[in-house]
Amino acid sequence: MNNLPSFPQCYKVDSKPHKFCPGCGHPIVLKMLGQVIDEMGLADQVVLMVDIGCSLLAWDYFDLPTTQTHHGRTVPTAVGFKMADPGKIVIAYMGDGGAYAIGLQHTLTACLRDNPLTTIVVNNTLYAMTGGQLAPTTMDGEITTTTPGGKKEFETLKGPELLKTVAHKEAFLARGSTEKPLVLKQYLKKAIETQKQGHFSLVEALSACPTNWKTNAPKTIEKMKELEAFFKQGEF
Amino acid sequence: MGNQILAQAAKDAGAKIMFGYPITPSSEILETWAKICLKDKSLSVLQTEDEMAAGFGTIGACLAGVPAFTATAGPGNILMQDAVVMAEALRIPMVVMIMQRGGMSTSTVIYSQEEVRLTCFGGNSEGFRIVYSTSNLQELYDYTLKAFQMAWQYRWPAFVLADGYQGKMKGEVEIPDQKLSIPNLSPILKKGVNLRNCYNLEEEIGEIIVNYSDEYQRKRQEMEEYEDYQAKDAKIIILSHGIVAAAAKVAVDQLRKKGISVGLFRPITLRPFPTKAASEIMGKTQKIIVIESAIGQLSGLFKEELFGLNTTLIEVNKPALGFTPAEIIKTIQAYE
Repeated sequence: MNNLPSFPQCYKVDSKPHKFCPGCGHPIVLKMLGQVIDEMGLADQVVLMVDIGCSLLAWDYFDLPTTQTHHGRTVPTAVGFKMADPGKIVIAYMGDGGAYAIGLQHTLTACLRDNPLTTIVVNNTLYAMTGGQLAPTTMDGEITTTTPGGKKEFETLKGPELLKTVAHKEAFLARGSTEKPLVLKQYLKKAIETQKQGHFSLVEALSACPTNWKTNAPKTIEKMKELEAFFKQGEF
Repeated sequence: MGNQILAQAAKDAGAKIMFGYPITPSSEILETWAKICLKDKSLSVLQTEDEMAAGFGTIGACLAGVPAFTATAGPGNILMQDAVVMAEALRIPMVVMIMQRGGMSTSTVIYSQEEVRLTCFGGNSEGFRIVYSTSNLQELYDYTLKAFQMAWQYRWPAFVLADGYQGKMKGEVEIPDQKLSIPNLSPILKKGVNLRNCYNLEEEIGEIIVNYSDEYQRKRQEMEEYEDYQAKDAKIIILSHGIVAAAAKVAVDQLRKKGISVGLFRPITLRPFPTKAASEIMGKTQKIIVIESAIGQLSGLFKEELFGLNTTLIEVNKPALGFTPAEIIKTIQAYE
């Protein structure tokens, strides 16, 4: 039982219970992030920026300086803050649409420039807040509201693999899963350590969206296994 | 060069970081700032991947309490509005220099006054911003200093709106010895602050917009600026802004010598429009002649603000083209 995660100290208690749907993966990622911030003693140094999409629901999740930005514009806002106040640990929290579609040029360029940031991308293979449309991360054959016949025309974008082609050798790129939260937590810790050493870091978390997947609990677990088989996990 | 003056002015104003994406006719601002940064290690620069990144980078720095700015033109101004509207919503004092190039679309890299509406009202907002339209090189310097002062004092985004002619023009400016420090300079995103621009209910955001609007209207006269050049007793008043007003001023001098009763009213702030002064000064004249390098963008602002003014209004529009004093003299004589 000692392995069970505790309630992070940096949580903002009066914003709980949180606003994410039942079964959503976001709260798992945020809980791991909260624990990492606690354990590293960074509550006075972290600044959190959240994207539009389901990520925006984290705007008052923590008792940490936090701002929403615009869809896809979280990384450049974080870049600006970090340049102005390099002593802070700046975290950009996004979905796969924000990081890999509308904001891809920012994610890619921040990685290319090796901006010392930590970016967290929650990948549930679709646009969740808008009702379950196609994302760059939608898997082969996956049904979304804008690919009702199943997506099959093109490849699936794999963020860390793409960024690897432009990343500095000291940058940290990893993909974890909310099914293995303690592994994910280790990635988040390494990502923040990488930022402290002056380099870019990105952690993608495979995550469930039962609301838009239209899955019950067993089917959600089943689909998470599909995601885990489709997207390679580990450090890149 | 005007663009070099703008970069120097930003430094003198107390700016610490510039974010920018090159676009003609504004690029020398970024280039000059990059050179200034080589000499002064307390300053920094980032050439971003696009204008949205430049705008949001500027916001990020302001959130940390560090004065920052960006500069762009034309199609870049369109993309910049993404950030500007967030700056309005979250009260971020970003400063943006706009060197108007030709509109519409990519158009020319040279000159127009086609970005007035966009700069004043771009975005899904109500134009909660301060827009200075400069008329000469000295004003590029002076209003850059002012833009930083006012943005941080009132916490609205501030624009220095000029054009390619002013940006590329060469000349001297006077630099004051005394430097003003920027007011209210402290981190915006700090412990205990959670900011959002996304709301659940119509009523929630509706109330915020009404409160912003009330505050903007209450304080607008502290922000409004205009130039009245021999307009108070004039039978004909030219209404123009920016570099067109510089030509109009020369025309007024020459027409006055010929005994024609003509003056110039120039709004310096296009947002907020100097409505009270415009109404007092232009309300008594016989004819108002609006002269601008666009079709009805300035006169549109004027008509919206001064609905019901009982004066003849004539519009002289030359989209994307400049005016010489000789042309303006001819025009005024034709309507006299």
